[in-house]
Amino acid sequence: MARRIPAKAIEDVARELMARAAIDIPADYREGVVRARDAERNRIARFVLDEMLRNWQIATAERRPMCADTGLPRYYVRVGNEASVEGGFVALEHALRKATAEATAAIPLRPNRVHPLTRKDHDNNVGVHAPEVTWAFEPGADWVDITTVHKGGLFGSDYRMLFPADGIGGIKRFVIDTLVEHGKRGLACQPAIVGIGIGGSKDTCMRLGKEAACLRTVGSRNPDPEIARLEEELTALGNYIGIGAMGFAGTSLVVATHIEIAYTHTGGLPVGIHQFCLSSRRATARVHADGRVEFRSDPGWFTDYYRREGIE
Amino acid sequence: MSAAIERLDDVRMDEVVLTTPVGEADLARLKLGDVVYLDGTVYTAREGVYRKVVDEGRGLPASVRALTNVNFHCSPAASVRPDGTYAVEAVTATASFRFGKSMTRWFERSGAKVIVGKAGLTELAYREWFVPHGSVYLTTIGYGMGAAYGQCIKRVREVHWLAELGIAQALWVLEVERLGPFLVEGDREGRSLFALANREIDRRLGEVYAGLPPYVMGRFGETTARTDELV
Repeated sequence: MARRIPAKAIEDVARELMARAAIDIPADYREGVVRARDAERNRIARFVLDEMLRNWQIATAERRPMCADTGLPRYYVRVGNEASVEGGFVALEHALRKATAEATAAIPLRPNRVHPLTRKDHDNNVGVHAPEVTWAFEPGADWVDITTVHKGGLFGSDYRMLFPADGIGGIKRFVIDTLVEHGKRGLACQPAIVGIGIGGSKDTCMRLGKEAACLRTVGSRNPDPEIARLEEELTALGNYIGIGAMGFAGTSLVVATHIEIAYTHTGGLPVGIHQFCLSSRRATARVHADGRVEFRSDPGWFTDYYRREGIE
Repeated sequence: MSAAIERLDDVRMDEVVLTTPVGEADLARLKLGDVVYLDGTVYTAREGVYRKVVDEGRGLPASVRALTNVNFHCSPAASVRPDGTYAVEAVTATASFRFGKSMTRWFERSGAKVIVGKAGLTELAYREWFVPHGSVYLTTIGYGMGAAYGQCIKRVREVHWLAELGIAQALWVLEVERLGPFLVEGDREGRSLFALANREIDRRLGEVYAGLPPYVMGRFGETTARTDELV
């Protein structure tokens, strides 16, 4: 009989993840921004990036949130097929909600979550479908991986139903449209990690685009060489547009492009685009069956099993 | 008088420290792209406070109006501690274009002369709503400078409408020391730093799109001109 992971361990880890995500910029993204800064010729865009680097240092040194818009906190949970949690998965979801409320007051996070119509705010980032919890599984494992993502919610994303006849050219057009629309005046708080979901249903491509932006590290490539080439091409194209950090003319718009695909309707080519901003906040931990906890910076979300193509 | 600023390259990024309430002479001296720091007191006000003051006709608390004329379009990452004191660790601006149509009445009722926010407004909006009131717009940097700005908050002086509006929408009155840097985005003549940037960006857009096919299926939309301001 496998040992059961205590729900309290999940709660403690989730609270710690909330603080790490809000405060410490992931190293892979910071290094990407340093490269963008070094390549940027526009003086004002460079000034912006230098200030952001300073901001991240202050956040980490003083344990303050890097950005006061602490986004919409959410979780991605990968459960090993042999993992077991005390109280079951309902207890795990409860632990995540409790940790969210407590972390909101303790760090503090901005209580962003409100009822969409009445605008009622519980001041704790918990409510109907909040925080979102996305589940995935992994064969041959007895651990639980928990990742929290704090992503701003207003600007930088779009969805469009393209068609096979639109092809790669249509995808490029849609990417440029989205980058220009939300890049001017810096609405998307770029330079960003651009995540693109291609295929699936409408909701699948939006979900995959978000996961591609938020759950892959800068420097990672899609395992399909043709998709990896398109990632590089779109990064170069994005930085050729002429928009720099915060919408000043320049070259620092895209830190990385991540593409994920899903099999789709034979007549369609749906595309979802997301931008993970200058506060690209994520943190991951693995809770083992024996209670050990390992924190790490790579969510490791896109496993071979997650991207499986055949029946098995 | 310095040379006119017509391109981003003309921007000098001179450093300016303003003390609140910001006086007439200081406002008139600000040039596009000046790097501004604020000493004194600022207050947060966004949708919730605007609804009260602009839509419901409630006055801005007199104590606030007397202290400062700087309105930060912001809500803090804040909480109320068990002992009733406030923890405000980070502040970040929210996009200001959403308040555009409220600005005339807001300026009349709040006496604000300086708006600090995200992304600014169009030159048309500045000319219609800011210039008649002699107001200027400062943009935050980045925009996620939450920790760096948060470090400049010395204390919370007052909080208004906390119970009614919640932490994110309440009016927080913050005592600040060298809060910044901000950039002058909208000047007293109604010019916009971002509009300057957009004009430079727009020159290349045709080339960027060259060779890409039109969409197979179109969408209804407010504009198809990629040089239009969308805010």
